[in-house]
Amino acid sequence: MRFMMIVKASTDSETGVMPSQEMIDAMMRYNEELVKSGVLIAGEGLHPSSNAIRISYPVPGGKPKVTDGPFAETKELIAGFWIIQVKSREEAIEWAMRAPDPHGGGQGQIELRQIFETEELTDNPESIAQENALRAQLEKQQQKQ
Amino acid sequence: MTSDIHRAVDAVWRIESARIIAGLTRMVRDVGLAEELAQDALVEALERWPSAGIPDNPGAWLMATAKRRAIDRFRRLKVLERKYDELGRELESQVEPEYDDQISDDLLRLIFTACHPVLSPEARVSLTLRLLGGLTTDEIARAFLVPEPTVAQRIVRAKRTLSAAQVPFEVPEGAELTGRLTSVLEVIYLIFNEGYSATAGSLWLRPDLCQDALRLGRILAELAPGEPEVHGLVALMELQASRLRARVDPKGAPILLPDQNRALWDHLLIRRGLAALARARRLGQALGPYCLQAAIAACHARARTAAETDWSSIAALYDALAQLTQSPVVELNRAVALSMAFGPAVGLELIDLLTKEPALREYHLLPSVRGDLLEKLGRLGEARAEYERAATLARNERERDLLRQKAARC
Repeated sequence: MRFMMIVKASTDSETGVMPSQEMIDAMMRYNEELVKSGVLIAGEGLHPSSNAIRISYPVPGGKPKVTDGPFAETKELIAGFWIIQVKSREEAIEWAMRAPDPHGGGQGQIELRQIFETEELTDNPESIAQENALRAQLEKQQQKQ
Repeated sequence: MTSDIHRAVDAVWRIESARIIAGLTRMVRDVGLAEELAQDALVEALERWPSAGIPDNPGAWLMATAKRRAIDRFRRLKVLERKYDELGRELESQVEPEYDDQISDDLLRLIFTACHPVLSPEARVSLTLRLLGGLTTDEIARAFLVPEPTVAQRIVRAKRTLSAAQVPFEVPEGAELTGRLTSVLEVIYLIFNEGYSATAGSLWLRPDLCQDALRLGRILAELAPGEPEVHGLVALMELQASRLRARVDPKGAPILLPDQNRALWDHLLIRRGLAALARARRLGQALGPYCLQAAIAACHARARTAAETDWSSIAALYDALAQLTQSPVVELNRAVALSMAFGPAVGLELIDLLTKEPALREYHLLPSVRGDLLEKLGRLGEARAEYERAATLARNERERDLLRQKAARC
């Protein structure tokens, strides 16, 4: 399963204050560990929202509204993300716990969101039923041995 | 609560076990014993962590615990044999390495050990998934649809074989490296392929196995960055995995490449695959079999529609691959590419030569492809017979259904 680890924005990330060298080094080490462990699929840092454009649909069926950044609600914004491929929800949490505090100053926040997978691949009811039948048959054979 | 901790410990195990087993094998010089010690440490973690909480650095905790158990064991054994006394003292004086080159070296040694040619291919696959992939015996058994005791036995025997053969814990060098690396790549690709088109059972895909193989490949690419074929294999797997979602219909039946909805392809994985192939090419050596297969997959990945596929490039790449591998299966694929580039009659000419090939006598894709070309040429009666023959040879139920449908429409 895939998770997106979202780094929430902070006052610093929104005002374009560059992170300390120490923070950059810690992030590099963390990224390297994700790569070496074969779990990192993608990861990017984002420009502050002063550079952003928001498209909203205030009137259903009407023309979308285009608003230029910056946006005020810092805590709701995101500053970057990683996408990781893991075996379980717990593994995703374990990786997220190993990330450095992304901002310091008490504002750091990482949010884990699971990415939708195509249902047919994993839990198609018909395939699962067939698979279970096969497994039961296998166990029966095993008991006979 | 206990089951929460249990799942958290599982996650730690998944992340840390390969490094711990690799480090321990270097110390105790026996992969079987190393795994046993690591398992003991895991059991201790399951006893302690529910009340004490998960330590800040769980990997280091597991390693220290396993090492302490190794020292205890050697102390008990030292009255029996002198060499254990030496090993025990060496262990006590060793300083734990940080996550650095030492761990990378140990991991690479562990991969070469698990994929050692003294083991049977099945044993290599099971041991690799167990030691490097952190899978349980039960998970491996489920993935390959074999009874759990069979896998357990395979692993026990494999460890014994490695011990008896006194396989050194090292990365092979010079001329030996090429052959040994081929074995490692084969094992990873075997795991991937079992996931990508399961040879047995009712499911055409086992995506979890593909993910396990991809993870192993990505790890190997960081451990051996100077080996173009490693990147070639990773590129090939990333590109093939990019089509997983498009490869089955909602009922689980296979959809073949030309009929796939390309909007469903995973473009993130395509990008990763193309990047891995570029990384292999930058190393400046002649393309090996995995790089060539990846280059073929890349031709498909770059085509926005099936009609835009650059078949003449693909035919040329298959030609290069056929010269390297001398494989009749590659010749079969070359025939398909030629027929797409220059018409079904050209492909059929080559296929007809292949029907005499003994290695392909039981291979369902030969009559399947031949049927397809005959159908395109309007020779429907012959096409139907070929599809029916292919259906009797196919082992996967889903694939068999598809072939019967094709026979019925001729």
